[in-house]
Amino acid sequence: MARGTRADGGVRSLDALYAAKEIVVACGSGGVGKTTTAAATAAMAAVHHGGRVLVVTVDPARRLADALGIGGFGNEARQVPPAAFAAAGVEPRGELWAAMLDARQSWDALVRRHAPDVQTQRRILENPLYQNIAGKFVQSHDYIAMERLYELHTEGRYDLIVVDTPPTRNAVDFIEAPARMAEFFSSRLLRLLIVPYRSRVVNLASRPFYQVADRILGSQFLSDIAEFFILFQTMYSGFVARARAVERLLHDKRTTFVVVSTLEAAPAHEAEFFLQVLRSKRFHVGALVLNRVLPPYLLDPDGGAAASRLVAGTTDIARRLAPLLDADEPSVERILTEVGEAYRNLRVVAKAEAAEREELAAVPDVVATAPELDADIHDLAGLLRLGMLIWN
Amino acid sequence: MVDLLDRRLIFVTGKGGVGKTTVAAALAALAAGRGRRTLVCEIDAKGNMADFFETAPTQFEERPIAPNLWAMSMDTEASLRQYLALQLHLPVLAAIGPLARMFDFVASAAPGVREIVTVGKLCWEVRERHYDTVVVDASASGHIVSQLSAPQAINQLVQVGLVRQQTGWMLDILGDPATTGLVAVATPDEMPVSETLELVGRVRAETNVDLAAVVVNRVLPELFSRSEEALFGRLEEPSATATLDAELASPSRPLLDAARLMVTTRRSRTEHLERLRAGTDPAVPLLYVPYLFIRSHGLRATHQVADALAAELGY
Repeated sequence: MARGTRADGGVRSLDALYAAKEIVVACGSGGVGKTTTAAATAAMAAVHHGGRVLVVTVDPARRLADALGIGGFGNEARQVPPAAFAAAGVEPRGELWAAMLDARQSWDALVRRHAPDVQTQRRILENPLYQNIAGKFVQSHDYIAMERLYELHTEGRYDLIVVDTPPTRNAVDFIEAPARMAEFFSSRLLRLLIVPYRSRVVNLASRPFYQVADRILGSQFLSDIAEFFILFQTMYSGFVARARAVERLLHDKRTTFVVVSTLEAAPAHEAEFFLQVLRSKRFHVGALVLNRVLPPYLLDPDGGAAASRLVAGTTDIARRLAPLLDADEPSVERILTEVGEAYRNLRVVAKAEAAEREELAAVPDVVATAPELDADIHDLAGLLRLGMLIWN
Repeated sequence: MVDLLDRRLIFVTGKGGVGKTTVAAALAALAAGRGRRTLVCEIDAKGNMADFFETAPTQFEERPIAPNLWAMSMDTEASLRQYLALQLHLPVLAAIGPLARMFDFVASAAPGVREIVTVGKLCWEVRERHYDTVVVDASASGHIVSQLSAPQAINQLVQVGLVRQQTGWMLDILGDPATTGLVAVATPDEMPVSETLELVGRVRAETNVDLAAVVVNRVLPELFSRSEEALFGRLEEPSATATLDAELASPSRPLLDAARLMVTTRRSRTEHLERLRAGTDPAVPLLYVPYLFIRSHGLRATHQVADALAAELGY
């Protein structure tokens, strides 16, 4: 039986979870350490499980590239040099690779794959609307992230892919993106919109509609839109089939979702919502990773009482401590007050965190907790330190 | 530099999780408290602005929630309908369903359309002088640039038509630093600071909106001066700790560890604060909001942040 696996087959550590899956999707609201968690756990998998592990990030964080010792990476995956592991004092059983999601490049690749001919391909790539969608807009990243995951998976080059999802306010955006994309291209409205431009015979039923649209937006814009959709329609079947395949992959047994959060109120509520949505849509929720959690000693009942006694008795205590510390009483008194207050202040936050933890009702079997790390993570050793804290 | 609250349209943005909505709510509360008729608008329909004022969920129709303070949330479709009726004089058509669906569709494909309807509504409230101050809990930093540059984007995409004619006055309002300002919210952490600096650069390059202030939220207190820290170090030594344990009749280690945690955490963030300061135009005020050691995220927290901002602004 694999380490961390229960008698009933349930998994109770990230170690066991990552050993059993081929795709791990890390999700959670922004600013909770999602990218770092994805990279740290991927590194742990490369070290302990072996094989070829890929971490795909959407975060163009220079620091992560630096931490991985690859000084910048793009849509093409790059291997983290073994020297980076050696510098961290470990000998990995497998390889760690990293790729960043470049939405524009990925869209272009998608168009090249699905466009029926070179001319259509060129016209799509040059269409102003396409350029706007592919380059600038956050929503289009949702789909492309999942699409890229599918592509990487079907290439069959990796044993495990850990993907960091785009920061969306709405938790369900990216998991619904493939379905929405399919719906978008099969929409009846789309066909209605492009009929007159295709046939050059204005459909009577749509005429008033066009008059209004024309008046508001101008016909050049409308024809840009129409051209875009007509061109995109040539890729319709390829796109829809692809979107469905992406969706199937996300539901596959080999795929799991790891929700990352902190115990601050807003991210924790978002995490709870995430957990619910993922479950109701029958995705496999493998683990909850809680980052930057305050240490348990702040919740110790004796600690609270001691802090109160300290704050109440600073004058007396300072008198006794001052000679020992070779300092004047008022200075010692001030230090003691600050110490007592710091404990009380942090205790309030720790209690709020504990309450948030309690409120996370239905949590997955694996819940891993990491403290606030003193320093930012600057190298692979730092990533592995975080990884160690949550791995078992 | 124009005083922050003298601006009539204030967009508040920041990376997710830094307290953008708290700061927007606090600025609105502060403006209203200083006697200005204030509208606070949240762009994200799934937002929780209402929680910060402990009021019912906001809707597109603005609603009074406190003296001098009105709240609304953006709804692009409702905004379009209002826009068509008021600006384009299309009252009959404005209500029809297919147009709304067509809009939704075009908006999905043609970025800039949804954004301009959003920004347009806010600019319109300012132009019509319905309020003295409009505070916007805007999109997170990833998306704000597309929103603020929507009029330019539309100008590029749409060559003629009524929409095109509407962009001129919006650009005038957005581009006037005496009227409009952007507030970027960050925490003194690595990623929020990097993202804020990147945002500031993009706002300057891609929009004509003036950066009015950078708010640094959740700044931890400095417990000790340098000499006091040396003294605290001596207190952490076993002989002193033993005496303290005896005085408290309980282990003092957790207390000392907590203070040490506060000191090291604050120190680890100093470099990010320095980076933020160095990377921000010296003319742009940096406003510090202390970390609030309270449980509440409601009205009480909003008022405390408002007080902190008032102090920083010299009120």
